[in-house]
Amino acid sequence: MKRLALFAVILAGVLFAATASEFPRLGDPDSAPSRHLSPAYIHGSKPQTATPNFVTAVLADYRGFDTMFETAVVFLAGMSCFFILRVLRRRGIAEVYYYRHRPTGVVLAMLTPRRISPRSSCFERIDADWTPQDMVVETMCLFMVPFIQVFALYVIAHGHYSPGGGFQGGVLLAASFILVGLSRDLRTVESLLTEKTAILAAAAGVCLYAGTGLLALFFGGNFLDYGAFGPFFGAAVPAARSMGILIVEIGVALTVMATLVTIYKLLSSRGTVEEGL
Amino acid sequence: MHELLTEFANKFHYYGYFAIMMIGLYAMIAKTNLLKKCIGLGIFQTAIMLFYVSIGAKEGAGIPILDPAVGTADPAAYANPLPQVLMLTAIVVSVATLGVALALVQNIHRDHGTIEEDEILKGLRGK
Amino acid sequence: MILEIKIAMLVLVMVCAVASITIKDLLGAAVVFGTYSFMMCLLWTSMAAVDVAFTEATIGAGISTVLMIAAVFRTTRRTKD
Repeated sequence: MKRLALFAVILAGVLFAATASEFPRLGDPDSAPSRHLSPAYIHGSKPQTATPNFVTAVLADYRGFDTMFETAVVFLAGMSCFFILRVLRRRGIAEVYYYRHRPTGVVLAMLTPRRISPRSSCFERIDADWTPQDMVVETMCLFMVPFIQVFALYVIAHGHYSPGGGFQGGVLLAASFILVGLSRDLRTVESLLTEKTAILAAAAGVCLYAGTGLLALFFGGNFLDYGAFGPFFGAAVPAARSMGILIVEIGVALTVMATLVTIYKLLSSRGTVEEGL
Repeated sequence: MHELLTEFANKFHYYGYFAIMMIGLYAMIAKTNLLKKCIGLGIFQTAIMLFYVSIGAKEGAGIPILDPAVGTADPAAYANPLPQVLMLTAIVVSVATLGVALALVQNIHRDHGTIEEDEILKGLRGK
Repeated sequence: MILEIKIAMLVLVMVCAVASITIKDLLGAAVVFGTYSFMMCLLWTSMAAVDVAFTEATIGAGISTVLMIAAVFRTTRRTKD
């Protein structure tokens, strides 16, 4: 089977390589993809949308329809993970809950969960594979989290002028939550961003994007034509389009953050969202 | 001979991208571990993105952000933004797909106890 | 960018790809996949595609590696293949 696969793969590779003579040479400025549409985007981006970053202008304004459905695909992937993995109780395994007495280090195993107030200093709930936490690592990771989040918000807001935008900022926000989950435990992340809030935030991001498009319809323009907002708010059309790009990037960032945190929570706990990595 | 060498020097990166693509395809077909198949899927996807974005690269061009000193008179001064936009979408979709694939792998491990394809098939045929 | 650097990065990308599908320890394979993503990000920066490089660095080398390590910890770690 492996020999056959190797032979087929080498044959396909040779066939692909034989077509390389048709492709443009390395770094050709006049290749076929650079001829008709992309000079129009490069010339028209600053005057029409007030966005110096051509990639953000094309992503959120000229090709905004694609990006809306891509946001919907990300939301759909989060929902699929939820429906595939989420179990309320692990099948066939008796649930045991471990509580550790902080002053002495004694661990109790119980069959029913007990409610512990967060400020109580006697008992804490631990995972089944708990090891003594290193205070230095935990403190430094938690210290870095606000800086990561501020940088993520900067990347979202500055996407018009520098590399960045909604996707990168949303992923950075999700990474800050995953850092909390890795340095503390999954229950801290669950208390910071509950499952219900995350799924509602993901849906809100998609609705924000589609809602902006529908609002443009009500104001008399086409679907996702941000220039139609201009006359009603007293702004020129390029400024209105720039503001429209910012609003949809915020929607995209919200959806991407909520979906990635949901997927991490479900994958690292085998669906129970009780004990993580 | 000389034109064969210049042809190779102009197009060598395409051979590299096809080689990476074939490594990913081989991993998806021949490996029996499900996680190795997911890794092969990721390699295949990023090789295709490399191929796409490399068509939009121009020699001596800067990043596709407007530089006030250069202006928009000459589009050959900026890299082509259109393939980059399409591949941005592709990267985000690839991580969403990877999340769903890993969720399915965990379910298979829960039901069959193993993630090797031949052992799963043997267990299914034995029952 | 200089041609020799581009050739070196392309060779390193191929080495990382072959290594990540050959290593029998799945945790090592996931980590080498993260390295592959980082080299891919460098390749795109050399082609002046900075938005794509930013996205690949955060998503590929950040989130994708973490998700794969989570999956490895919750299934098996060694593979015989």
